[in-house]
Amino acid sequence: MEITLLMYLVPSLIMFGCGVYGFITRKNMIAILISLELMLNSVDINFAVFNRYLFPHQFEGMFFSLFAIAIAAAETAVAIAIIINVYRLAKKVDINDITKLKF
Amino acid sequence: METIGNILMYFVIAAAIIVFSVLTVTTKKILRSATYLLFTLLATAAVYFQIGYEFLGATQIAVYAGGIVVLFVFAISLTHKPGNDAEPLTSHKRWLGLTAAIAGAGICCYALVSNVNILAQKLGSMQDFTIDKLGRALMSTDKFGYLFPFEAISVLLLACIIAGIVIARKR
Repeated sequence: MEITLLMYLVPSLIMFGCGVYGFITRKNMIAILISLELMLNSVDINFAVFNRYLFPHQFEGMFFSLFAIAIAAAETAVAIAIIINVYRLAKKVDINDITKLKF
Repeated sequence: METIGNILMYFVIAAAIIVFSVLTVTTKKILRSATYLLFTLLATAAVYFQIGYEFLGATQIAVYAGGIVVLFVFAISLTHKPGNDAEPLTSHKRWLGLTAAIAGAGICCYALVSNVNILAQKLGSMQDFTIDKLGRALMSTDKFGYLFPFEAISVLLLACIIAGIVIARKR
């Protein structure tokens, strides 16, 4: 038995599905952000694994994963700054209670 | 050809990814959710180590497990009272989420099954990858050089630092 490309894609797919489920059902803003991280992470796995198995003599997928990790870190930092500021103004982080920006 | 240890390790990693990502989105306590996210990210780093991308795995541990999860824990402790659980979800939204997740996974499953002969690829030999090569690729403007995205990312990170300070500072 050998480990094939498909065997890495299945856990990554399940991780992405969990991310979608959490993104829709969670009501806490930080929990939504955690689900978003799950989705981004599964995409990173796909980039690296496709690169390693289908094009083992190049490193484009690996570099794309590196840049995606950097972007995800920046995005999380700004999102958490926004959440903390919202909490300071409204005293809650529930997505259903924050409706001031709704038209 | 993989050794038996590699295959065992693969099953441990795959089980960890599946179990901990399901727990991340189903647990009721937000701090536990962050902890399970940490375990999922560590299992992902183990995937990178297993396919031979050591630098990517180290980056994953340093940035995700070391940086982002700590940020999450601090944000949770700043915005939650102790013992305050996440409120129960409405059933309408839960069905919507389950439907969306299963539909998306089903479409992806169809794509995987219809391309199964390409995806049954075995692990080939890799071109020798060193940190020296990575540094040269990041700093070159040749065909496989990444100077422009590297500089764009550094400008983006600077903008994010300034934005984070401006948004979250006390007035």
